[in-house]
Amino acid sequence: MAKEQDKILNDVASGEYKYGFYTDIETEKIPRGLSEDIIKLISSKKGEPDWLLEFRLKAFRHWQTMKMPRWANLKIPEINYQDIVYYAAPKQRKTAESIDDIDPELKKTFDKLGIPLEEQKHLTGVAVDAVMDSVSVKTTFKETLAEAGVIFCSFSEAVREYPELVKRYMGSVVPYTDNFFAALNSAVFSDGSFCYIPKGVRCPMELSTYFRINASNTGQFERTLLVADEESYVSYLEGCTAPMRDENQLHAAVVEIIAENNAEVKYSTVQNWYPGDKEGKGGIFNFVTKRGLCRGENSKISWTQVETGSAITWKYPSCILRGDNSVGEFYSVAVTNHYQQADTGTKMIHIGKNTRSTIVSKGISAGFGQNSYRGLVKVLKKAANARNFSQCDSLLLGDKCGAHTFPYIEVDNPTAIVEHEATTSKIGEDQIFYCNQRGISREDAVGLIVNGYAREVLNKLPMEFAVEAQKLLQISLEGSVG
Amino acid sequence: MLSIQNLKVAIEGKVILKSISLEVRPGEIHAIMGPNGSGKSTLAAVLAGRSYPQILEGTVTWFGRNLLEIPPEERSREGIFLGFQYPIEIPGVSMVNFMKTAVNEHRKYKGLEPLSASDFLKLMREKKELVEIDSKLANRSVNEGFSGGEKKKNEIFQMAMLEPKLAILDETDSGLDIDALRIVANGVNKLKRPDNSVIVITHYQRLLDYIIPDFVHVLYDGRIVKSAGKELALELEEKGYEWIKKEVNNQA
Ligand SMILES: Nc1ncnc2c1ncn2[C@@H]1O[C@H](COP(=O)(O)OP(=O)(O)OP(=O)(O)O)[C@@H](O)[C@H]1O
Ligand SMILES: [Mg+2]
Repeated sequence: MAKEQDKILNDVASGEYKYGFYTDIETEKIPRGLSEDIIKLISSKKGEPDWLLEFRLKAFRHWQTMKMPRWANLKIPEINYQDIVYYAAPKQRKTAESIDDIDPELKKTFDKLGIPLEEQKHLTGVAVDAVMDSVSVKTTFKETLAEAGVIFCSFSEAVREYPELVKRYMGSVVPYTDNFFAALNSAVFSDGSFCYIPKGVRCPMELSTYFRINASNTGQFERTLLVADEESYVSYLEGCTAPMRDENQLHAAVVEIIAENNAEVKYSTVQNWYPGDKEGKGGIFNFVTKRGLCRGENSKISWTQVETGSAITWKYPSCILRGDNSVGEFYSVAVTNHYQQADTGTKMIHIGKNTRSTIVSKGISAGFGQNSYRGLVKVLKKAANARNFSQCDSLLLGDKCGAHTFPYIEVDNPTAIVEHEATTSKIGEDQIFYCNQRGISREDAVGLIVNGYAREVLNKLPMEFAVEAQKLLQISLEGSVG
Repeated sequence: MLSIQNLKVAIEGKVILKSISLEVRPGEIHAIMGPNGSGKSTLAAVLAGRSYPQILEGTVTWFGRNLLEIPPEERSREGIFLGFQYPIEIPGVSMVNFMKTAVNEHRKYKGLEPLSASDFLKLMREKKELVEIDSKLANRSVNEGFSGGEKKKNEIFQMAMLEPKLAILDETDSGLDIDALRIVANGVNKLKRPDNSVIVITHYQRLLDYIIPDFVHVLYDGRIVKSAGKELALELEEKGYEWIKKEVNNQA
């Protein structure tokens, strides 16, 4: 038995990352480093209005007073913020209005990633905003969506075309003072997606943003702003990959969601940033602030995340349940293999009456991976009859990895009911052998068992992506089981 | 098809099987009986390819191939099926998904295309009827929360799905009520073809009323100490193992 365990652990080596290629494309980069001049340069490159530059500069000045957070259960090496390139853009003739304006190399890149930019080639019913490094390359189905009154475009375009909406909502859920990485992002963010669903509209297709880091030595700092007006519905999906490199690259994003009365937003993430190699060299530092505000009554925000990539993940998609009867959900699968570390979870802040939240977190650790769930359920004084149910499960593959849970519960209203359940399990040799005896290889057996374990969360993803995510889970654990 | 010669096996340094020799030819039904702890399940585990028993001596061949070198999943695909004495629960993995993966792996091994979803479900339906398993069980996770008897029936169901050349049924009759016993035995008989073989490990002659063995072996203290026709089972039922133990100990 012990020998078998060793073999399992030794074979951790062979996990393969399938998106590690680099696109050799002419890229415009600004000099390394961070200063007011750099921020002014980014802002002028994007031709931004003064109010936005002001916002950036305020954020930057605030950031300079802050220290990197060290409370997470993560070993984060020192990051030299002056050694990062904060803006890198693949050179294009201009903004791509038609598909013919896009560099064929870029098209090829997204094809390889399974995200064709031609609408007719794409999964029916999914509109994509494709972001490479610091800029949005192309947003598909804009016209179709416009017919329904839905605005879906790059953040930069939103700033140009819908400045009032951006002004009203940007920073209203995640102010630049919120935390170190949110402040950094607010200072240097380059692009991202913007989405507005008007009153009473059920968005006719899935919206998605695909983030690709390509250039070296650069960080990616995008912002996503999603506003669901009264009685509207949207399902949104985010995917991400990066080339394999020895260096660590920083990705510090901000996502803000606002749901008005009776609106519902489903936000799904399949995060597959390059995780580093088997020795823990390289990989993306994924330090992301995601938060949704259920501003209206009966509104609902649901986060689903499948986190398989990144060297380090620091991320807590949260819901502020301000409207009465509003609902927040968090469904998460996080994998850490090799030397990956994740400290992820959620915050559910109950402010309104009869607010409800559900947390289902499934951690999977293999190799030397460290996986922490960190969650806060906070019920404020006025949140009568608030309900929360949390389920945090950990699955361990091997005995050199770790799983940790840090649930925080703060309840200020006696009518609230908060429940927390946690389990830790291992994949047993008996289970694997049972599968073997039916003709199923060890690798496939682990895939089956892991997918079974994560099924409750995977089921929350839009169908097309559930299949992808299932494959991804299996690939990211490849080689971790002998 | 299966030939075991002087097999000696230890678990964690302790010799469990001392010297086992057994020949199973196509079409034969062998019953293995013997007191608790005598090594019956260990023998089954070795044949199925578990890694914790250490093979100290002896050979096992399967159609002329060295069975001990074949990984367990390939043994399954080769047609060796083990009905577990204690079937394992796999939470979250549906029986449908589990069996579909298994059946398609077997098909791939034979160079066949995977079954379409509808053909697969049809096959499931047929086999469920054959072994009279409750349809609802097949929609649940593998063995999760199944009663003892349901787990055993589920083993026979899986056997029906995989149509093995050699089925090793380790106490599949234990924990079954009278009706279930009949159903399981009938299932085994219905699936029996002239060229496939069965090894039934059991404590009760009762099962052998339904599944008529060609040979009955008594495994005691790591050895097959007696082999005879089906009448041996009756004798054991009547007299217990004491007389055999005495016989063996006197010889020693
Ligand atoms: N994994 C194991 N670790 C240690 N000892 C074991 C292990 N498996 C079996 N044994 C020991 O090997 C011996 C034979 O066990 P085995 O399960 O083969 O018996 P059996 O004949 O199947 O008994 P039963 O009729 O009770 O099922 C027993 O003494 C048992 O304790
Ligand atoms: Mg036994």
